[in-house]
Amino acid sequence: MKAKTADKIATGVIYGIAASVAFVLIAMLAFILVRGLPHLSWHFLTAAARSFEAGGGIGIQLFNSFYLLILALLISFPIALGAAIYLNEYAKPSLFITIVRTAIEVMSSLPSVVVGLFGFLIFVVKFHLGFSILSGAIALTIFNLPILTRSIETSLSQIPNLQREAGAALGLSRFETVIHVILPASVPSIVTGVVISAGRVFGEAAALIYTAGQSAPTLDFTDWNPFNLASPLSPFRPAETLAVHIWKINSEGIMPDLSAVSAGASAVLIIVVLLFNFSARRLGNLLYKKLTNS
Amino acid sequence: MTKRSQELKPVSEFISDSRPERFVYQMDGDRHEIALSTENLQVRYGDKLALSEGDLSFERYKITSLIGASGSGKSTFLRSLNRMNDDVANVTGKIMYRGLDINSKDIDVYEMRRHIGMVFQRPNPFAKSIYDNITFPLTRRGKYTKEQLDEIVETTLKQAALWDQVKDELNKSALALSGGQAQRLVIARALALKPDILLLDEPSSALDPISSAKFEDTLLELKKYYTIIIVTHNMQQAARISDYTAFFHQGKVIEYDLTRKIFTRPKVKLTDDYISGNFG
Repeated sequence: MKAKTADKIATGVIYGIAASVAFVLIAMLAFILVRGLPHLSWHFLTAAARSFEAGGGIGIQLFNSFYLLILALLISFPIALGAAIYLNEYAKPSLFITIVRTAIEVMSSLPSVVVGLFGFLIFVVKFHLGFSILSGAIALTIFNLPILTRSIETSLSQIPNLQREAGAALGLSRFETVIHVILPASVPSIVTGVVISAGRVFGEAAALIYTAGQSAPTLDFTDWNPFNLASPLSPFRPAETLAVHIWKINSEGIMPDLSAVSAGASAVLIIVVLLFNFSARRLGNLLYKKLTNS
Repeated sequence: MTKRSQELKPVSEFISDSRPERFVYQMDGDRHEIALSTENLQVRYGDKLALSEGDLSFERYKITSLIGASGSGKSTFLRSLNRMNDDVANVTGKIMYRGLDINSKDIDVYEMRRHIGMVFQRPNPFAKSIYDNITFPLTRRGKYTKEQLDEIVETTLKQAALWDQVKDELNKSALALSGGQAQRLVIARALALKPDILLLDEPSSALDPISSAKFEDTLLELKKYYTIIIVTHNMQQAARISDYTAFFHQGKVIEYDLTRKIFTRPKVKLTDDYISGNFG
């Protein structure tokens, strides 16, 4: 066979493989959206779920998902940032660093259901936190931490060493250089990483089933005192999220409009995750312009 | 400008006339004021000796060129002078500055680097505005009024011959500057700290010939107030701008003399070979 013919065939095959990957994704999105979009309404997005009759919504689950996400990011972002700064800016090759890196890798490949069961045994049972937003947020932190750490570390490592030398040559300490030079310059890519990881966390179900729980008690949206159990802000109440809700109703739901609720909820979940992904880069660029005055 | 220039002169009260190291005999037999000198400076990367003989004295308010082939140890030497090599190499020996051995452990390197500034081969402005690039390192250490900062920005940008090009866009990102402009900004940023000594590591090698020529003019202007030590691969540049030239070869200083002597009657055959392009 001539080299030219072989090249043409190979190009065609590779193109076909790439196209089929894109096709699977598009087909799946289209399926979920076509099935789910007709069921979306303001009522569906805001009303409480109903267990036995038709016409329930996903309002509380949607709120729970965002609230858990925010709490999980509040816990995991500072830890991941600190770890990433240490690993990328300070760490020199040593046994300790090898152990830390191995730990991060193992953590990032833990199945999320294992993280969930671990969270159940330790936080829910041992620490008496119960099925609560707090237990869920901690489980999500364990789930999110390794990925976020790596993503921030990659962001930092993309800043050229010239910048660190510039800081050092101007008499800035390493810490000053990191805080005032390296971090601002890497904000866009850090934000992109955080938002993409937020999308993953938002769609996570397995880690939450046994930690944040599978029930969504009615919330009193006039009570914003976090210490009242009925308050939406209370971190000690059980909180079924959107992803858990989809899993739950599909495995044991008995409402008559089960398939409509499931389809609608899936569509909302996919749309939010897509929004996270699309807005990630945009937000990063916007921040970059703000921070560099360009 | 004249008033400002006097202010910009490096402070001299730290130097007492009685210190013997302040004056040494130099190549032309006269006594000269020494800004910086090294004794037995050796640099090792791991087991590898990158610089084995570094005994040089640099005269104040002069430009000294360090020349030599790649890997001759000249950049290693330069980067050791303000301890930029601390993290990657083991530097032994003395670096005497104002009667202090700045290579000793108890020196505050951050403070020291404000006296001995450095500009690198590739321009490295921060991802900040032109204005902030200059003021940010200042405001990290001291309190300045807006007027003071404005004045420093204007003076240093004028000294670096960049003011006329950027005076209307000081709030623009420094990353939008061209290579030559960025390198001038980096110089201005270094000058804002009012250093005594400027170390330049092939500062114009990334610039086009026109920017490079302007850059040399700037250096000649700056040597009125600063001691400049410059590593360069460009022989003509060394000949044009420097008062002294040191030739490095395989980690050793082969010859150190007045530039005009090095380029007209070098004493060592190796130096002659190098500057006439027979190797390197």
